[in-house]
Amino acid sequence: MIDLLSFINPGLWIIIAGAICAFLPVGSLRKALVLAAPIFAAFMIYMIYPFGSEEIIAGKVNFGGIELTTLRIDKLSVVWGYLFCLAGVLNALYGLHEKCRMTDSSALIYTGAAVAGVMAGDLITLFIFWELTAISSVFLIWKGGKRAYAAGLRYLAIHVFSGVLLLAGAVMYADANGGDFAFNYIGLENPGGWLLLMAMGIKCGFPMLHMWMQDAYPKASITGTVILASFTTKFAIYALARGFPGTDILIWIGAVMTCFPVFFAVVENDLRRVLAYSLNNQLGFMVCGIGIGSTLALNGVVGQVFLHVIFKGLLFMSIGAVMYRTGTAKASELGGLFRSMPFTAVLCLIGAASIAAVPMFAAFVTKAMILAAAVEEHLYIPFLMMLFASAGVMEHSGIKVPHFTFFAHDSGRRVKEAPWNMLLAMTLAAGICIVLAFPWGGYQMLYALMPFGEAVEYHPYTVDHVVFQMQLLFAAIFAFTLLKRRGLYPAERRAEILDVDWIYRRVGVGIAKWISAMWAYVSILTKRLRNHAMQEAGRRLYQVFSPTGRLSETAPSGLPALMTAAMLVLILIIAYFVR
Amino acid sequence: MTMLDIFPNWLLAHGPAFLMALPLLLAAITAILPNEKIAWFSSFAVTLICTVTAFALALNNIQNGVSVYPLGGWDPPHGIALVIDALNAPILVLIAFMAVITIIYALPATIAEVEPKKRAPFYAAFLLCMAGLLGMVVTGDAFNVFVFLEVSSIATYTLVAMGASRDRRALRAAYNYLILGSIGATFFVIGIGFLYMETGTLNMAGMARILHDLEGGSRVAKVAFGFIIVGLGLKLAMFPLHMWLPGAYAYSPTPVTTFLSSTATKAALYLLLRFIFFVFDPDFEYVASVLTYVLVTLGVVGMLFASMQAIFQIDARRMLAFSSIAQVGYMLLGIGIATTASVAAGYLHLINHAIIKGGLFLALGAMWYRFGITRISDFKGMAKMMPWTMGAFTISGFSLIGVPFTAGFVSKYQLATAAAGAGWWWAVGVIVVTSILAIFYIGQALLLAYFQDPPKIEGRTVAKNEAPLAMLVPMWMLVFASIVIGMRGGVIVDASWRAAIFLLGGGQ
Repeated sequence: MIDLLSFINPGLWIIIAGAICAFLPVGSLRKALVLAAPIFAAFMIYMIYPFGSEEIIAGKVNFGGIELTTLRIDKLSVVWGYLFCLAGVLNALYGLHEKCRMTDSSALIYTGAAVAGVMAGDLITLFIFWELTAISSVFLIWKGGKRAYAAGLRYLAIHVFSGVLLLAGAVMYADANGGDFAFNYIGLENPGGWLLLMAMGIKCGFPMLHMWMQDAYPKASITGTVILASFTTKFAIYALARGFPGTDILIWIGAVMTCFPVFFAVVENDLRRVLAYSLNNQLGFMVCGIGIGSTLALNGVVGQVFLHVIFKGLLFMSIGAVMYRTGTAKASELGGLFRSMPFTAVLCLIGAASIAAVPMFAAFVTKAMILAAAVEEHLYIPFLMMLFASAGVMEHSGIKVPHFTFFAHDSGRRVKEAPWNMLLAMTLAAGICIVLAFPWGGYQMLYALMPFGEAVEYHPYTVDHVVFQMQLLFAAIFAFTLLKRRGLYPAERRAEILDVDWIYRRVGVGIAKWISAMWAYVSILTKRLRNHAMQEAGRRLYQVFSPTGRLSETAPSGLPALMTAAMLVLILIIAYFVR
Repeated sequence: MTMLDIFPNWLLAHGPAFLMALPLLLAAITAILPNEKIAWFSSFAVTLICTVTAFALALNNIQNGVSVYPLGGWDPPHGIALVIDALNAPILVLIAFMAVITIIYALPATIAEVEPKKRAPFYAAFLLCMAGLLGMVVTGDAFNVFVFLEVSSIATYTLVAMGASRDRRALRAAYNYLILGSIGATFFVIGIGFLYMETGTLNMAGMARILHDLEGGSRVAKVAFGFIIVGLGLKLAMFPLHMWLPGAYAYSPTPVTTFLSSTATKAALYLLLRFIFFVFDPDFEYVASVLTYVLVTLGVVGMLFASMQAIFQIDARRMLAFSSIAQVGYMLLGIGIATTASVAAGYLHLINHAIIKGGLFLALGAMWYRFGITRISDFKGMAKMMPWTMGAFTISGFSLIGVPFTAGFVSKYQLATAAAGAGWWWAVGVIVVTSILAIFYIGQALLLAYFQDPPKIEGRTVAKNEAPLAMLVPMWMLVFASIVIGMRGGVIVDASWRAAIFLLGGGQ
């Protein structure tokens, strides 16, 4: 039985569950399915690929002359597989209270597509799930209400475009490699590689290609944002780690990616948007690590991805819980909530500490690995940029988010604590954050997951490292306090901050409007002319071809007879003289 | 045990003679039968037997190759030989099969369209026409071709004139057809005469051999070629020589129109193929230049002009008639490109068009039978009044346009591929353009039928009144054939390739 099922990509089970959910009217059954499907998928991964076994390649399908490998599990993809299943369970717990068929089904299909996507063995399969993640997740954005509709459309357009680039790149890449679509190291030697890099770059938010993230994530529904933040970008990071490890250009892209969102995050008022910028910044660390490409860096990236999904989810969950109770996530309208939501506040602080890489909390180990790898490779400028970004992370995610939500000036709101299922999901996430950074036997578990090299030989809890990190964090806290005291810190204001998306949201729409106005103008002007031309052409055609027209004039039998003779002459002339 | 073993040996041995003798004989008997039912039944039996025979002969040809049947035991150079080869076997099956379809349909149709006194002679003339068509396809003797051509033509003039009880214009159409058909036959027989002068034989295989030895022959052969092309061109309605066709198709009784459109022009096309590629040879310089400059040009001009004319027609049957002229253009284009692939495509289109156009004419006839409809503007609400008939019309119409999964698509696609393969890209463009024109003329009827309500008479909507089963069954047999060829055209496509390889060899 297991043998038979082991040909099937585990992600498909979740997708099937999602399809069933779409037609299941009973809420409690649906919820059971949403919880059980990722667990079952994780179990299937374990059955197919027990710890430490060889690379599994299965599920070969011949599709239109191309051999597709629908299932490939190895040391790298298995980490993502388990991670996405874990995130699926946490998200399911978090959304347990929500009675919405559309969210349940699209969340499951989205999760399943991500799981199936990371286990794709060839670029065509990858493309299919790449597009499926985009199409299934857009419903989560649209659940965010009217305001989210346009953002969802933009999100969908960008992601479908990314998929098209991926497919085009895949075809060009395979063409250059004699029709082999296998998804392994790609590199930038042929133009197809650049297209593939662009496609992945859009999905993981390279600078100037990132705007969909900050545009769409904050506008989705509460659970929607949590689910969205878990999969899409990490799926793209997986694709990068598989296809472009050690590609130099990624070091600089990643370094820039860590820095620029810091500035936007500081001035932003919508806390979910702040978190979206911080997500982008975290992805920068991973991209940079992939660019460095040493064993240490890649292991750091894998660990960082694993933890990042958990602690970023935790932060989105805590802000979501606040939003669930208060109805807003604007920094200007929140504050002093630690009185009414103490548990949420504590859990949020754990998340903040994790993302800021405070010793004993999640990212401390893995971020240090990436930074250390940069130093090892003598990449000092990227190292300094990432260092600055680390301080920035502390500043906006570590301090700003909890500060303006739970402390700062009292907004006077007195609400209930978050629902039990949200607290449970957050507690589990927070527990993972602490356990996997625990110096005595905790982070070693994380090391066991890391795919590259024999055994990881990096010791994060050395005195100098801990002290250095604490100094950095305290400097950030000090700067924050100083600025706040002096009144220099950007006040929380209601405003929509546009960055690169201004180009298409304002200029692009303007151009489109202008063109349509001009088109209408020109078409009115030329209407008479066009009608006249059409009528004239129609009349001419009618005069020739209609039953009363020239060609149909009833001729006496003599004329066709004459025509026949003329034909004969024509044929004889051609037969005689044309050579 | 193959399918061939079912048929007795004497049928395979004497089948060719059987095919032309049986309908001839029965035609004479049928003419004096007192009762139309008996006449119908005897005709039906004859057509059925001929179909089975033709099918058996075609199977035999696939397995055992060319068979020559010397008539009366006289061997070919002196006597008349009947030949079954890859080229004419499928055409024989097509003619006999279409005769069966038409005869079934004729049972109700003649009651509405032909005067009671003339019904038994109608069946006699029909059998005579069929005997002529089968004879001119099966025979291997050039003069014999002419004789049978005249047999079928004279029978056809009678049949067309029988439409007079429905529409008096049929008489003029028949007269017109008579004049032009006779001119065509005369040209043809003059051509045969010249060819006999050049080669000294009337056996087509013998002519081919001698012409080959003479490397094309003298001017006499060229003149003969010219006369034959023009004579056959008239019979198959090559574009400027098509004047007889719309009238004859529009005013003759429906079974006659169906039978004519799907067999008579097709038999003439078969003769064209036979003479151009078998008796003559496209390697002769004058043959090649006539193919390239005359047949292709006229084919393409015909495709465009006739399609345009079809768009503007008021009478639905005339529309289909003009469409037939356009479709002949496709076949001429395939013949004119003169590669194995293009000839195969033209041959395939010949068979497919017979099936498609047959289905369309049968559907139109059923509409006339129930509601007296002849004009396109009367199609309003037809989908509600006669859903099954309209369904057959729609699918056949799609097939004519060349929608994928129908027969029309298969042959048009093959023709386009063949044209592209020979480097004739502009011809691909013309094929696409005329297919779009076909969307217009078929589409206007479909739009009216599906998106308009049935007309009201004295305030009441016209009720549904489906055609009788004897009309629906043959109609849907053709529709079904069209879909089967479109889905998996294996057998027919193979047959067309076999014919083309027989004519040109597989190498080109």
